[in-house]
Amino acid sequence: MVKASDGNIKNSQILGGFLKGSWLFFGVSVFSNLICTLCTTVLPLIISFTVDSVIGNETAEGFYASAAQLFGGVENLKANLWIPALIIAGIALVNGLFSYTNNYFNGCGNQTLVKNMRDGLFSHVQRLPLSRQIMTSTGDVIQRCTSDVWNLSNFISNQMVALLRIIITMVVSVMFMFTMNLTLAGVSLGLIAAITGVSFGFRVIMHKRFRECDEQEGVLSALAQENLTGVRVVRAFGREKYERDKFDRQNEYYTGLWVKTGKVTAGYWSSTEFFNTLQMLVIIVVGTLLCLDGRLTAGELIAFISYNALLVAPLRELGRIISQLSRASVALGRICEVIKAPSEDLGGYEGRLSGDIVFKNVTFGYGEKPVLDDISVTVPEGSTLGVIGGTGSGKSTFAAMLSRLYEPDGGAVYIGGRNIAEIPLATLRANIGLVMQEGYVYSRTVGENIGIAANEPTPEEIENAAKSACVHDNILGFAGGYDTAVGERGVTLSGGQRQRVAIARALMRDVPVLVFDDSLSAVDSRTDAAVRANLKSKFAGATVIIISHRINTVIDADNIIVLDGGKIVESGTGAQLVEKGGIFAEIYKKQTALPEELEGGAL
Amino acid sequence: MKTVKGKASLSTLWRFVKVHKWLYALMLVCELLISATSIISPLFTSYAIDNFIGGNTLDGLTGFIIAYVVFIIVSSALQYIETRSGITLEMALLRDMRRATFNHLQTLSVAYFNVNSVGVLHARVMSDTEKIGSIVVWDGNHGMRHIVYVFGAVGVMLKLNPVLAACVLVIVPLIAAATAFFGKRVERLHRKEREINAKITAGFNEGITGAPTTKSLAVEEKLERDFFGHTSDIRKQSVKLTHYVSLFYTIITFASSLALAAVLWYGGYITSEQLIGIGTLSVFMTYAQGLVSPVQWAIVAITNIISVKVNLERVTALLQTESGVKDSPEVVEKYGDSFNHKRENWEKIEGAVEFENVSFTYPDGEEQVLENFNLKVPCGTRTAIVGETGAGKSTLVNLLCRFYEPTSGRILIDGRDVRERSVGWLHANIGYVLQTPHLFSGTVRENLLYGKEDATEAELDAAVRSVNADKVIAKLGNGYDSYIGEGGGTLSTGEKQLLSFARAILADPALFILDEATSSIDTLTEELVQNAVEKLMEGRTSFIIAHRLSTVKTADLILVVKDGKIIERGNHAELLKAKGYYYDMYLKQFREENLRI
Repeated sequence: MVKASDGNIKNSQILGGFLKGSWLFFGVSVFSNLICTLCTTVLPLIISFTVDSVIGNETAEGFYASAAQLFGGVENLKANLWIPALIIAGIALVNGLFSYTNNYFNGCGNQTLVKNMRDGLFSHVQRLPLSRQIMTSTGDVIQRCTSDVWNLSNFISNQMVALLRIIITMVVSVMFMFTMNLTLAGVSLGLIAAITGVSFGFRVIMHKRFRECDEQEGVLSALAQENLTGVRVVRAFGREKYERDKFDRQNEYYTGLWVKTGKVTAGYWSSTEFFNTLQMLVIIVVGTLLCLDGRLTAGELIAFISYNALLVAPLRELGRIISQLSRASVALGRICEVIKAPSEDLGGYEGRLSGDIVFKNVTFGYGEKPVLDDISVTVPEGSTLGVIGGTGSGKSTFAAMLSRLYEPDGGAVYIGGRNIAEIPLATLRANIGLVMQEGYVYSRTVGENIGIAANEPTPEEIENAAKSACVHDNILGFAGGYDTAVGERGVTLSGGQRQRVAIARALMRDVPVLVFDDSLSAVDSRTDAAVRANLKSKFAGATVIIISHRINTVIDADNIIVLDGGKIVESGTGAQLVEKGGIFAEIYKKQTALPEELEGGAL
Repeated sequence: MKTVKGKASLSTLWRFVKVHKWLYALMLVCELLISATSIISPLFTSYAIDNFIGGNTLDGLTGFIIAYVVFIIVSSALQYIETRSGITLEMALLRDMRRATFNHLQTLSVAYFNVNSVGVLHARVMSDTEKIGSIVVWDGNHGMRHIVYVFGAVGVMLKLNPVLAACVLVIVPLIAAATAFFGKRVERLHRKEREINAKITAGFNEGITGAPTTKSLAVEEKLERDFFGHTSDIRKQSVKLTHYVSLFYTIITFASSLALAAVLWYGGYITSEQLIGIGTLSVFMTYAQGLVSPVQWAIVAITNIISVKVNLERVTALLQTESGVKDSPEVVEKYGDSFNHKRENWEKIEGAVEFENVSFTYPDGEEQVLENFNLKVPCGTRTAIVGETGAGKSTLVNLLCRFYEPTSGRILIDGRDVRERSVGWLHANIGYVLQTPHLFSGTVRENLLYGKEDATEAELDAAVRSVNADKVIAKLGNGYDSYIGEGGGTLSTGEKQLLSFARAILADPALFILDEATSSIDTLTEELVQNAVEKLMEGRTSFIIAHRLSTVKTADLILVVKDGKIIERGNHAELLKAKGYYYDMYLKQFREENLRI
């Protein structure tokens, strides 16, 4: 597996790492390929010899004669025609077996390579720090991990091997062709060069056109997509005709583009057909003349035609391979870009930490304006800290700093007196139960989601956690209970259910520090209170940080800080803050007020 | 989507092919001639070897060359015509099918889109049609070409020498059997592979979107184990697939080599007995190797043709779906259909709405959600519909917009049954603004003109200013000509809403329906949006699916919906006094709104 990653690692080194374990497969495959190619090229020789000397009456010379001697001489072969037939069958068998090993091991090599790439990318992507730009464009990263991987592996296993085979075939065929007859070989190769030129030129022309067709189909597809998603708007404004005409125009344009491209494509196919048949004619005519001159035998001519056929197809392929080379190298570049991005070193688990937390002058900012500005706060072990603030006040970032999802730009966070920058991430994060606002669920069963962070949890443990998070009853309401699949490919949970599942998940581990980042925002106040009561009894000794926009949620905390614009603007207990009459008191008043119509018996 | 019979699909197909039948016929003729040229081609070689080399003479060589040159020209011309007519035909079919499906979708009521997802319908228009076009044109014709070639080659061989022909022919059933046997397995494995592949993509997706959670839980290794499990699974599947495919090719090539050996053995024997010429022998050797791929391709083509049945059925089902809401022929005659509005016959609308003994059951539901419902809404009044999420607040709006028809009873506008006038007329007079505004990719102007095609610059300006959208547009740089991306991507939700209000105001509807946003939009624009809504409702009969207290409080009539039914009605003060469901809801809503900091 590829372990990243100092930025200096070369793309070729990364590729080399991915290829680990598949070299041998590819080696066997290439070796088999070589044998297959030899078999295919030897076959016409045997046929030509049989046709000339065994069936016909040419005298066998040199190599042919000594080969014939092995089988009791030409006369014996004449009497027993099954011998050359059997040799052909034998060669076919060898060819077949090695063609199997060629394809099979190539597949193994390819699959190993793909697995290595996928696994390596997955591990790496998971360990990229959240601050990496790359983490913000899901679609792009997924494309790198799926279609780029496919492009690259396909090129290596199919095109590279094909290239090798083409080279071997070409060398062997051309060699045989030249040994048989120089003139004929020259004539046929000259025409082959013309065919290759045509096909190559075609690729260059077509590349742009095909891309344009693809793009225009994308436009058409987007039009249809928009019309369907906006169907209510279309109906509401009675604009069906306008939509129809818009789609029609693009549909017509796209069709026209393809029809135009069709002309060139048809020209290409007919011109290759033309050159191919023309070449056949030339070979037949020149071959016939040479035969009549006694410089070529009929068998050799037949063999020559076979070699010619062997050459034409792979040469057409050559153009395709070259055009895919650039695509593969782009794919490799994009994959390596991910791998080269520095990842987090998780380290090992070193045991339980104390729950004593100190933020000392912590400053953090994405741009020029800091999100957290000089934050200092102490949370003694076992106490509860409430954090309150509006949108953009920096309260979520405050929580993220503690788990080192982001590194502070200035200042430091200490747990049990240790700077968290020195604690291995695996240890730090396993000691902090951080529950985030959106309540992410993985696509697996709801039970597995709750138990995911625990070590072989029992069903009882999972149920208890769900009960503490007040989501047990909801889960039993699902058709499959705890085995109900949730997430992208399962039941969609409501915001409140997701949040409570996330809380249950955090409660599966006995952690010294619990952080709730607005993680009850989507549940009603009563459930909110019930969950907090359960927490208090279950995690009596834990340090708890509750971040909320709801006063009731934090009012009982041992200490409350009010964040505004990344700064602590007020702090103290709930009672102190209400008395003080600042922002907190104002929010308190607003959130606990009754509607004016109902106040003072107005109704 | 309902299922259709095979016969119906065939008639759908014929409906599209019929238009281009001559082109199709031309292509088919080309295919037949191309097979003929492939069958003839080896005969040239054989003739040359037997006559010139065997006969040791050059007599007739000029004739031979002329014949061959003609052959070359004919075959390349055929290739040209075939490719061109094929591509033209394929694209024409595709265009027609896409046009037909797309146009048909425009005539279906919104109800249809509630049950069928955008993804599915998009696939009907884009990919099902594509598959049908490509298979009907290419596989249909190439399948024919290969079958003809196989039969032709067999015919030639039988004529030249039946016994030798038999040597080659034994491989045909063998290849066919192998293709059928392996084809099924390979198809199955491919399907499995696709399934696991989807899991892997989902895994990557999770690895990225779930990264914050994964990190905070420190479960990277656990997720890795699961992911590695999937990649191992797919590796196993793919290797199995490779095994089958490799075995298949091994068998096929081995079979054809065996045929070659048989030809050499028996053919060599009869050649040395002078029963056939060496040239003829070479023809057989060419066929022995050349029959393999046509047989394979013919089978692939046939398999594809069978598989396209599904796509054809889906498209047919779509085209056969009738809109749940349809105007009577008389109404269409007078008021026009979805594509041709006869605006000259449209009456002006005042905006009085009446539900008269309306009962309604959703087509896919069992429970009657409205029972003898009566409601009279005078011109220019405001009706708010409130209730919990999923309580069924949209039902009245769905009926009023004629997205569905009532099961019984009537809806009257200005005292006349809505069914007496066309859906197009109704929609043109209703401004419907959704909680999630939908803008199309294009310029701001194009989007605004959606409300009124022929609006003047002055009208645009006035509409935009009246809902405070002018600042949004000014911010975009190019004014009305600024491009806004797919779904209006460059704008915030609030800004999109303002633009959609401007669009609605341009349409100047007498009836206005607003589906209010459930959650708060950006605080900056929220006030602007509220003001714009007020502006929009001025002087119009309006229905609001409300989530905001401020909107509800000022309504002339409030309808409270619970479990699909209207349980309370009255104005704000009356409903509070009743201390019923509305009272509780109001208190709760008030608290929730105050929780926002």
